[in-house]
Amino acid sequence: MATGDVKLLGAGASPYVNRVQIALNIKSENYEFLEEKLGSKSELLLKSNPIHKKIPVLIHDDKPICESLVIVQYIDDVWTSGPSILPSDPYDRAIARFWAAYVDDKWYPLMKELWMAEGEEARAAAIEKIGEGLVVLEEAFVKCSKGKAFFGGDSIGFLDIAFGSFLGWLKVTEKMGEMQLLSEAKTPNLVEWAERFCCDDAVKDVFPKTEKLIEIFKIMQARAKAPPSN
Amino acid sequence: MAANDVKLLGAWPSPFVMRVRMALKIKAVDYEFLEEKMGSNNDILHKSELLLKSNPVYKKIPVLIHGDKPICESLVIVQYIDEVWTSGSSILPSDPFDRAIARFWAAYIEDKWVPSLRSIGMAESEEAKKAAMEQVEEGLGLLEDAFVKCSKGKNFFSGDQVGYLDITLGCYLGWLKVTEKMNNVKLLDGAKTPGLDKWAERFCSDVAVKDVMPETEKLIEFAKVLFAKLRAASPN
Repeated sequence: MATGDVKLLGAGASPYVNRVQIALNIKSENYEFLEEKLGSKSELLLKSNPIHKKIPVLIHDDKPICESLVIVQYIDDVWTSGPSILPSDPYDRAIARFWAAYVDDKWYPLMKELWMAEGEEARAAAIEKIGEGLVVLEEAFVKCSKGKAFFGGDSIGFLDIAFGSFLGWLKVTEKMGEMQLLSEAKTPNLVEWAERFCCDDAVKDVFPKTEKLIEIFKIMQARAKAPPSN
Repeated sequence: MAANDVKLLGAWPSPFVMRVRMALKIKAVDYEFLEEKMGSNNDILHKSELLLKSNPVYKKIPVLIHGDKPICESLVIVQYIDEVWTSGSSILPSDPFDRAIARFWAAYIEDKWVPSLRSIGMAESEEAKKAAMEQVEEGLGLLEDAFVKCSKGKNFFSGDQVGYLDITLGCYLGWLKVTEKMNNVKLLDGAKTPGLDKWAERFCSDVAVKDVMPETEKLIEFAKVLFAKLRAASPN
């Protein structure tokens, strides 16, 4: 399939965009990356995703697909000659989808809570909840991986992508807060998995460097805390 | 497959449980319906041992137990049912782009529309209630456009038969009617969203739906008890 057929509207710092990039890499699919600038939304984005006006948007043969995990499943459904992203067994698929929803609906919002937390108590509470969530995910990893390298087994799959996409921002949070969230003591399997995930061929060129993410984080924090403009 | 191979932990008023029951009906799968009881005092639901064991993460219904394997989260269960029982009619579209569109709108309904519907019941002031109702109506406007695009002139979002997106939205029609009656307002308006209005009628009379969707009067009775418990539970 020609490169011009697949476009991805996104920004390298977005974990949701990273998910799509990783999926396209797994399928060895070339694409045109149309980078949205921080703080502004292009005409193409507003036209392609009028409901949410958010990245990522995959545009395949002029047809837009929105919502990162919907896009990842679409990629898996269309490019069937590459390695599978979702497991083949229906029960394993259900488990992968369950935990991906947990990561999006329960775990990642705790990270946002931590970033917005004001005061030591609020911070400590958020850190505790994040840690508890990671222990739950550690148990999920042991069950899903069945002794293999990834949630998906021998190679990275849907749940690896869904959760792994947040590792860049997890590292940023640890560095800026001078603390450990993903610890060897409590979540040894996840620590090793995280290293393997970040070195995987489909992943290693996708995440921006931690320093770059820290810069962006500081800009976004300043914006969030700035008084609203009239 | 024997009925006792498939169990569903649920409760009749829950729209999430209705989704699973509709999916099982579409695939003509027999199952044992294990109803969780209403809680005593101010608990909404008394959670059985089996529920707590099968869904330790959320402790919520529905849970499908197939063989002895539990599957949780209504839309995950519906997709599971579609993938396991392949001889019945398909619930998700076969075309990857149509599937992506169905999943997109299902996510919109879960993440945006349903919370706005719920916030009508939880509203603490007339203003808040009015704002929530406006959001619900706006959402229905978007869903009307989605219906026209997805159905391509046919009866349901999925085409000729009830499918994924029909189930995802349609399970809320009972509660939508309850909200309309209890607030003396019309949210699903045939003048504003004619496509959806007619779809709603067809959906509720469909064979996959009619025995699963509770009667509005029964839901209203339940709603009154539920809201009383919620009010009693919240601190003053």
